[in-house]
Amino acid sequence: MRYAYYPGCSLHSTAKDYDTSARAVCRVLGIELQEIPGWVCCGASSAHMTSELLSLALPVHNLNIAKDMGLDTVACCAECYSRLKIANREMRARNNGRARDVDEVVGNTYRGESKVKHLLEVICGDYGLDALRERVVEDLSGLSVAAYYGCLLVRPPEVTGFDDPDEPMVMDHIVTALGARPVEWPYKTECCGSSLSLTRTDIVLKLCHDIFQKAADQGAECLLVACPLCQANLDMRQPQVNRHYGTTFELPVLYFTQLIGLALGIPSSDLGLSKLIVSPQKLLARKILRQPA
Amino acid sequence: MARIGVFICHCGKNIASTVDVERVAAQAGELPGVAFAADYTYMCSDPGQRLIADAIREHDLDRVVVAACSPSLHEPTFRGCIEDQGLNPYMVEIANIREQCSWVHDDREEATEKAMELVNIARAKVARSRPLFRSAIPVTKRALVIGGGISGIQAAIDVGLAGYEVVVVERESSIGGRMAQFDKTFPTLDCAACILTPKMVTVARDKNIKIYTNAEVEDVSGYVGNYTARIRVRARSVDADKCTGCGSCWQKCPKKVSSEFDQHLGTRTAIYIPFPQAVPRVPVIDRDNCIYFQRGKCRLCERACDVGAIDYEQEDEVIEEQFGAVIVATGFTLFDHSVYGEYGGGRFEDVVTGLQFERLVNSCGPTEGKILRPSDGKPVEKVVFIQCVGSRDKEKGMEYCSRLCCMYTAKHGLLFKEHNPEGEAYVFYMDIRAAGKNYEEFVRRAQEEFGVQYLRGRVSRIYKENGQLVVRGADTLAGMQVEIKADLVVLATGLIARDDAVEVARMLGIPYDQNRLFTEGHPKLAPVETVTSGVFLTGACQAPKDIPDTVATASAASAKALGLFSHDYLESEPMVAQIDPVLCSDCHACVVSCPFGAIEEIEWRDMMTRQTRTVAHVIESLCHGCGSCTVACRAGAPNLSGFSHEQVFAQVEAA
Repeated sequence: MRYAYYPGCSLHSTAKDYDTSARAVCRVLGIELQEIPGWVCCGASSAHMTSELLSLALPVHNLNIAKDMGLDTVACCAECYSRLKIANREMRARNNGRARDVDEVVGNTYRGESKVKHLLEVICGDYGLDALRERVVEDLSGLSVAAYYGCLLVRPPEVTGFDDPDEPMVMDHIVTALGARPVEWPYKTECCGSSLSLTRTDIVLKLCHDIFQKAADQGAECLLVACPLCQANLDMRQPQVNRHYGTTFELPVLYFTQLIGLALGIPSSDLGLSKLIVSPQKLLARKILRQPA
Repeated sequence: MARIGVFICHCGKNIASTVDVERVAAQAGELPGVAFAADYTYMCSDPGQRLIADAIREHDLDRVVVAACSPSLHEPTFRGCIEDQGLNPYMVEIANIREQCSWVHDDREEATEKAMELVNIARAKVARSRPLFRSAIPVTKRALVIGGGISGIQAAIDVGLAGYEVVVVERESSIGGRMAQFDKTFPTLDCAACILTPKMVTVARDKNIKIYTNAEVEDVSGYVGNYTARIRVRARSVDADKCTGCGSCWQKCPKKVSSEFDQHLGTRTAIYIPFPQAVPRVPVIDRDNCIYFQRGKCRLCERACDVGAIDYEQEDEVIEEQFGAVIVATGFTLFDHSVYGEYGGGRFEDVVTGLQFERLVNSCGPTEGKILRPSDGKPVEKVVFIQCVGSRDKEKGMEYCSRLCCMYTAKHGLLFKEHNPEGEAYVFYMDIRAAGKNYEEFVRRAQEEFGVQYLRGRVSRIYKENGQLVVRGADTLAGMQVEIKADLVVLATGLIARDDAVEVARMLGIPYDQNRLFTEGHPKLAPVETVTSGVFLTGACQAPKDIPDTVATASAASAKALGLFSHDYLESEPMVAQIDPVLCSDCHACVVSCPFGAIEEIEWRDMMTRQTRTVAHVIESLCHGCGSCTVACRAGAPNLSGFSHEQVFAQVEAA
């Protein structure tokens, strides 16, 4: 199982822990990730607001390299995933003058040859939940997890084709496979407000607060995410939400790769757990019976 | 030598503004065989027709080309016009220089050139036309009505009243259809049963009307005036002649099954009538759920029946009957809202459809008219209605508007407030479409008199919290998000074609659209006809319709059937195919190509070889003149009158 790995900017910076834990988990599971050499920005959040051509040319540049590697592409960041997937769809569309423009800009003909997958799809689909279940060595039973999907992973459904857009379950299935308990809750796909984080913090605090509240109401002890922007927002704003609303949430916001890593017995230092703002140590000490040295 | 007259129509400015009609007429006069050519403002008008008539007489014309609009509009006019002058009506050819020329081109020079060509092509064809003669086909003056809902009931009453025989075939064990499930009807709030059941009784008592319930039409063959239908009357397991409808059997039946009639909110027994006013009041045994049929023991109903009407051995009966007209009244079904994950995707018991709500408020429904939560039977204090579920939604539902959901939602809101004046009712809507007599007033009444709260916006999610539904949505007029804790959510699910609509359409040879709704003959001018003559549409099988429109189309369809029955004989179009047996090698290509099953095989004696062999033969009464066989045959044995090989090749050469 080999893939061209597109980390994107977040996984090389603010979400270094996502990158580390993804690589560690894949190493243990025997999923080979080959980082796309010379990858560039996927264009998320700025390119598609300014230039349609640029918003396609950037991801296509990366996918072209993956095509030359002869591999499908895997992304971890939900935004990168979305941009790459949209680019593939556009480039495959028939009678598309836009695709020819992109060819000219990137200097190569690309028609969606490298399939784009999110790491979740790779683990749940290509690797398989049954296989994953067999690799679990740590007992996570009793840990209640609220899987939070955010917006771009499952939407728009005609682009992502990823799970049910209103009631996605992949991460919940992973939680079950790992032996922990996924909580049923209604805010799985609500917006966390990430893109307004700096401009309209008031809105973001409310959105984050509601997500924490609903998760806590259902007895969740931590949140599980698959997007570095959701993670950053929910993790870093949590103390501020508590101050603003007088609440006492203490919900670690883990990447799904970190939780898988814990279940597989990967040392927490290889999973970047120390980078989390809301520390999971207290929770894990309580819930996980045996912590490897 | 033919003497052809060519008449060029201006159609006011419709043609004349793009085509130089005078030049076309002048050029036409020079064409071979043309004895006279003229142009006129409106050829279809009385003076226009007189111009043609006079020319026929003065110039001794024997055939005519009219260059005007589409033949689908005025071909009959001009056929009549020349027939009055003693010519065979099929000696006229239309060159369509409007739809196929002036309306679709801008360049006057090129359009004029094209019009000239079209005229020349028509001339080449008409020069080889031969007189054709219509034949008479008898009419069976009986109507088959498929479907026993309000639509089929009304159609049957109208045809029966005129003194003709009608057979109504209903799939369920009682007639009544959807309307029987409703509680009240908008905008007058008549009780649906109170206005429907008298009609059900009328149908049942009318000596001209025969009703087959628990029955289905399996096949329809034939043609206008002469249809044969195969009807399967499924085994009821109850002898209808003996049954008195006393009810002892279903009172004794120990097996409880989810009730389809109550939209699965209540139960029925395995031997049952769907509702108290069922017509006929003869129960049916649901064999899939009957303990005796499944396990071989029980027979309690047999013991309970004093008249010995229970008949476990009864078998399906297949009946064949003849009809002159078929009225299709197969109705609709509801959009399945399980695709709406945001509304729970069918997982929440307290999220119901409008039709389920009808059963909840109905006094003979599963809750005896008390509005209770299906999940725990608690009274509903707060209800949220969501409109346009599966309608006006290209992504998940149908693109069209289902037309009556605005009205039935207003009715539901009003009925809820009538049951529980202290309760709260909210409606999420996109637009309110209340176009109908007293409809807008009715919606206003629900809002103003009864205090139903209307919120303009969509619902983004329904979720369950502590056993209660939470509805989150947008109020776009107030510009804010709203969250309502509701006991019950009612989805105004749209109306869609029935699951087997396509099979029904194929059986009847009628077209259907992208939504599987049956296609009317013309969207404006033939709304209850179909392209298959003798097959008429009524009710929601053609498009979503409310009760007034359904009843109107039912009466319209029966008027069409009665028009047919007013003739003893019908004239058949002579434009049918003939097969030259000398050329036929009996290869079956034409038989396979014929969409109407109009080609049979006969034994034919070849007088040249004095041998008898099998050849293909056209049953003229079934032939629609589509021409499929003429192109399928490698030997060119079939020839189509009015579109003969000779005529078509002449057209091609002239082009």
